[in-house]
Amino acid sequence: MDPSPDSVSIAEMLTSARAAGDGFHEVWRPDGATRPAWGAFLESLARMQPVDLAQKREAANQLLRDHGATYTIYNDQQALSRLWQLDIFPHIIGPEEWRLLEAGLKQRSRLLRQVVNDLYGEQRLLKEGWIPPGLVFANPGFLRASHGIKPAGGSFLFHHAVDLARGADGRWIVLADRTQAPSGKGYALENRIVLTSLFPDEFRDMNVQRLASFFQMERDSLRDLAPQHRGDPTVVLLTPGPLNETYFEHAYKARYLGFPLVEGADLTVRGRKVFLKTLEGLRQVDVIVRRVDDTFCDPLELRTDTWLGVPGLMEAWRAGTVAIVNGMGAGVVETPALLPFLPGLSRHLLGEDLKLANAVTWWCGQPKELKHVEKNLDRFVLKRAFVGGAGQPVFGADLTEAEREALLAKVRMAPHEYAAQEVLSLSSAPVFDMGRIESRPLVLRCYIVPCGNDFAVMPGGLTRVSPSRKGLVVSMQSGGVSKDTWVLADGPVEQLTLLLSPTVAIRPERQAGEVPSRVADHFFWLGRYVERLEDGVRVLRGVVQRFAGEGSEEQARELAALVPWMVSLGRLPDRFGKKVVPGELRGELLALLENSRREDSVRDLLNRVRYNATALRDRLSDDTWRLFNQLERHTRSQATRLKVPEVLEMLNAVVLDLAAFSGMEMENMTRGHGWRFLDLGRRLERARGLVRLIHATIHPSPRNDAVLGPLLEICDSAMTYRRRYHARPQLGPVLDLLIADDSNPRSLIWQLYQLTRHASQLPRDGMEGMTGSEKKQVDMMLSELAGVDLTALAGAEDRSPGLLVRLCTRLQAGLESLSDTISQHYFSHALRRVS
Amino acid sequence: MRYEIHHRSTYTYDESVSIGHHLARLAPREMLHQHCEWHGVDVEPEPMSLAGHRDYFGNQCLFFALHGAHKTLTVTAHSFVVVHPPVLAAPGETPPWEELREAVRGDFLTPDVAAGEYAFASVMVKPGKQFADYALESFKPGVTVLKAALDLNERIFRDFKFDPAATDVATPVHEAFEKRRGVCQDFAHILIACIRSLGIPARYVSGYLETLPPPGKPKLVGADASHAWVSVWCGPVHQWQDLDPTNRCRPQERHITVAFGRDFADVSPLRGVVYGSGEQSLKVAVDVTPR
Repeated sequence: MDPSPDSVSIAEMLTSARAAGDGFHEVWRPDGATRPAWGAFLESLARMQPVDLAQKREAANQLLRDHGATYTIYNDQQALSRLWQLDIFPHIIGPEEWRLLEAGLKQRSRLLRQVVNDLYGEQRLLKEGWIPPGLVFANPGFLRASHGIKPAGGSFLFHHAVDLARGADGRWIVLADRTQAPSGKGYALENRIVLTSLFPDEFRDMNVQRLASFFQMERDSLRDLAPQHRGDPTVVLLTPGPLNETYFEHAYKARYLGFPLVEGADLTVRGRKVFLKTLEGLRQVDVIVRRVDDTFCDPLELRTDTWLGVPGLMEAWRAGTVAIVNGMGAGVVETPALLPFLPGLSRHLLGEDLKLANAVTWWCGQPKELKHVEKNLDRFVLKRAFVGGAGQPVFGADLTEAEREALLAKVRMAPHEYAAQEVLSLSSAPVFDMGRIESRPLVLRCYIVPCGNDFAVMPGGLTRVSPSRKGLVVSMQSGGVSKDTWVLADGPVEQLTLLLSPTVAIRPERQAGEVPSRVADHFFWLGRYVERLEDGVRVLRGVVQRFAGEGSEEQARELAALVPWMVSLGRLPDRFGKKVVPGELRGELLALLENSRREDSVRDLLNRVRYNATALRDRLSDDTWRLFNQLERHTRSQATRLKVPEVLEMLNAVVLDLAAFSGMEMENMTRGHGWRFLDLGRRLERARGLVRLIHATIHPSPRNDAVLGPLLEICDSAMTYRRRYHARPQLGPVLDLLIADDSNPRSLIWQLYQLTRHASQLPRDGMEGMTGSEKKQVDMMLSELAGVDLTALAGAEDRSPGLLVRLCTRLQAGLESLSDTISQHYFSHALRRVS
Repeated sequence: MRYEIHHRSTYTYDESVSIGHHLARLAPREMLHQHCEWHGVDVEPEPMSLAGHRDYFGNQCLFFALHGAHKTLTVTAHSFVVVHPPVLAAPGETPPWEELREAVRGDFLTPDVAAGEYAFASVMVKPGKQFADYALESFKPGVTVLKAALDLNERIFRDFKFDPAATDVATPVHEAFEKRRGVCQDFAHILIACIRSLGIPARYVSGYLETLPPPGKPKLVGADASHAWVSVWCGPVHQWQDLDPTNRCRPQERHITVAFGRDFADVSPLRGVVYGSGEQSLKVAVDVTPR
C-alpha cells in the first residue's frame, strides 16, 4: 500500500472519487452538486488532512479489537478471528427520504406479519389464490410442526430486516426480507459506537438520530411478549454458541439489553414450560429471542441431528407458556419467490399499494414466468428461491451457451426452487481504504420491530459496501465492508444517555447472582486452562533459558536433568530419556510451543483459553477482553525454527499477561458464582500441576537433584527458598515449601485451603447447611497431608523410595475425582437421542 | 374386519436416565374405510406431562415427558379398529399421468393442487434423475397414473430384495436405491421418490399388517410388526390409492392405517430425546388379532 502523498488534499481525493459507475451516487448529483444530507460532513472532511483519516482508520481498528468485534471466530487450528470490517465514513440519509423509507418499512413488516400468521393458520391466502400453494409447499422454511399453533404474543414475526438498494432513479428498492433470525443489529450498534468516537462533533452538529431509544423500545416490546404478563419476565437470548459466525453480536446484544445469553443446553423443558438451568436451580423462561435457526431448535420435533436446541421446546410453545421470537417457521417468507406477490397481497390485506417497490422478480415455479426467465436469462440473476438451497447467485449474462443450457436443465427439473431477479446497478458512496477514497456500490439493511399496535424502525441500519468498485453482490461473507448509517433529524436530537460513552452501557443485571450452568462450566475451564497454560509456559521457559545460557556448568547440568524430567512429565517422547540430539530437542520444544494439534501445547492451550473466554464474552469486562487480545498479539509468532531470544521474550510476555489476568480476577471481579468457578478451576489445576511436577521429580528413581532449582523457579518459589535456606536446593525443604507451607500461595496446601473454602460456598440446590461431597473430598486430601511428615518422608526417599510416589498418586486421583464431581453436579449434561 | 392391536415398545438403558421427552404417533386414523373404536396409550413409568395434538397431516400425536431416574421405558398402545374394504379404483379409469402432473401444479388450491404438496422434496425423500429414469419405464406416455404406479410397484418388488440387515431407520433413500435392498420403510421411500420425481404426489403411510401364520401353525404372540406403504394421488375422483411395494399388493382389509405424511420423518411412531449416558436397546412387540 502506498499512502497518499501529503500534497494531495482531501478535497482532491474526494473529487477523484466522484468518478463512479453509471448508477446513482449517494453524495453527488449528476451535475456535480453535493446532495444536502452530505453537505455538512463533506465540509468537515475538507478541513482535515489525509493523515487524520489514516489516524481515524487506526483508531477504529483499535476500538473494534478492544471490543472483540469479530465476524468469524475460532476456526479450530487458526483461532484467528476476523476483525469486523467497518469503513470510517458513515452512510448518510436525509430526513425526508428517511420518512418515506420508514413508512414503507413499517407497512412491509405489517404485511409480512399477516402473511405468516395466515400461512400457519387458516391459509386463506392459498385458498383464495393470493399466493400459489406450491410456493409454500415446496418451501423448506414452511414448518409444518408450527401449523395451528397460537404463538404467545400473537404473532410469528417480530424481528424483521429488509435489504435495500437504490435503483438508477434513486428510489430505494427491496432486494430481500430477512425473517428467520435477522442478524446485524448488534454490529450496527458497534459501528455507531465506533463512529461517534471518530466524529463526535460531526455526529452532534448534524443532528444524527440516536439508536438507544430504539433498543430500549425493542427491549420493552420483548418483555411485553411474556405470557401471563408476569411483572418481571425472564427474557433470554438463545445462541448457537461461540463457533457461530456472528457470536460477537449475540454476546454484545445480550449484554446491551441485559438479557442472559444462553445455549440450548442451558434450557430444559419441564411440564410443558421452559426453564433456565442455573447453579441455584431452575428458573422459568418467559421469552426466548432465538438466534438459532428454527429447524435446529427442538431435536424432538424438528431436525434430529443437532444439539443446538431444546427437546420439548415446540411443545412448550404450543402450550403457550413461552414466547419465541421469531416464531418457528417465520422464515417461510424469507424468499425472493414471494416478492412478485406482495403488491397484490398489500392491496388485499392492507387495502394500500405497496410503498416500497421490490426488485423485479420472477418465481420459476409458475410455467409462464419460467418461460419468460428462460427467454431473458441475460437480464437476470438466478437465485435459489429457498433458504438452504445450495449455490451462489448466477448472473445470466456471464454464462456461455453450454453453461446456460446446463443451468436451465437443472431449473426445469425443479423450477419451484429458483427465482430470477433483474440485475440492478447499485448506488455508490465513498469509502476510505488503503489510503485512498473510492466510490463503491452499497446495500442497506434496515430493522423493524413491533411496538404496541405500531412498528418501529431502527433509525439507521447496516450499510454494506462491495469490496471492489464494480461489485454486484454485496455481503460480509464475500469480503464486504460495513458502514454506520446516519439518519438525520430535522432539528436537534434529544441527548440519550445509553450511547454517550464509547463503552457499552450495561443495565444493572437484575439477577446478578444467577449463573447458568454452562457459564459456570466455561468459567471453570477458563480457570483450568489459564493455569495449565501458565504451567506449560513456565516449564518451557525453564528449559529454553538454559539453552541460551552462557554455558555455565550449572546450567548444563540442570538442562541435562530437565530433559528426562520432562520425559517423565509426559511432555517429551520416551526416546529423549536415553539420548538427546540437540537439534531434535529444539524441534520438540517448538512443537510444544506451536503445534496446535498437540494436546496441551502452548498453542493448543491458547486456543482453549480463547474458546472459553469467547463463550463468556458477555460476562467479561472490556479490560479483561483487551488482556486476552494482548495475549493473542504476544503469541502471534509463526516460527518454523526455535529462535531462543524471541521465544524467551514471548514466554516472558505470556507469564506477565497471565499474571495481569489473575490480578484482574482477584481485584476486579465480583465474588459471585462465576468468579468462584473460575477460581475453583484455577486452584484445582494448579494443585494438579504441582503434584505432577513433584511426581516427575521423584519418579522414576534415581532422582537427579539438579532438577530442584528449576522446579522452584517454575513454581515461582525460588526467591523464598533462597532467602529462607541460603543453600543449594534439597528435597526435604523443597517439598516442605511446595507442599506444606501454608504461607506460600504456590503451595499445594494453599490450593487445597482455597478449594475447601470455595467448596463450602457452592450452591447446594436446597441442601444448604449440609456438607457437599466436594468439600468432603478436599478435606480428605487435607487430612491426608496433615498426617504426613514431609521431612521424614524426603529423608526416607533415598533409602526406600515409593512412599512419596504413592502419596502423589493418591492426591492426583483425589483431584481428578473432585473435578468429576464438580462437573457432574453443576454442568450441563450431554443429550442423547433414543430414536 | 375388526382388530385388537397391541403395540409395545420397551427401551432399556444401561445407565439410568434422568429426563426424557417423547412424541408418539400410535393412534389409528379415522379413514373412509376405517374406524377406530377405542385407543389408549400406557406409559411406564408414569409420565410427568401428557398432551395430545393433531399434527399438520391430521395424525394424532401424544407428547409425554419423564422426569426422575428410570432405566426402562415401556410404551404400550392398545386399539380396537374396524377396517372395511376400501374402494379400489380401476387403474384404467384414472387420469393419464402427464395430465395429472399438470393439474397438481396450479395457482389455486384445488384438490389436485392440495395433493401437490406431496410431489415436492421432503426431509428424507428428495426426488432425483435416477429415480425418474427408473420410473419412466413404467410411466410410458399416455399411461394412466394408477396403471403405471402398479407396474412400478411390481418392479420394485421384483428388483429389490427384502433385507433387514442392509438398512436402518436413518438410511437415505438414494442409498437403499443403489443397494437394491432394504425393509418396508425403504421400499416405500423408493416408490415415493420415483413417483415424485415425475411430479406426481405420493405419500408415506405407516400402520400395521395382519400376518397369517403358516398353514396349520398357531400364530405367535408379538410376531406382527409395524408396516409402511404408499398412497398415490389419482385425481379428484379416485383420490389416494394405496400400494404396498414390500408385498406387491394393493392394501385392503388387512392393512391398518395409523398415520401418513411426506416420509417416515413425518410419522415415526415413537421418537424421543433423553438425558443420560450409556447405551440403550429397544424391543418392539406388535400383535394384530382379529376380533
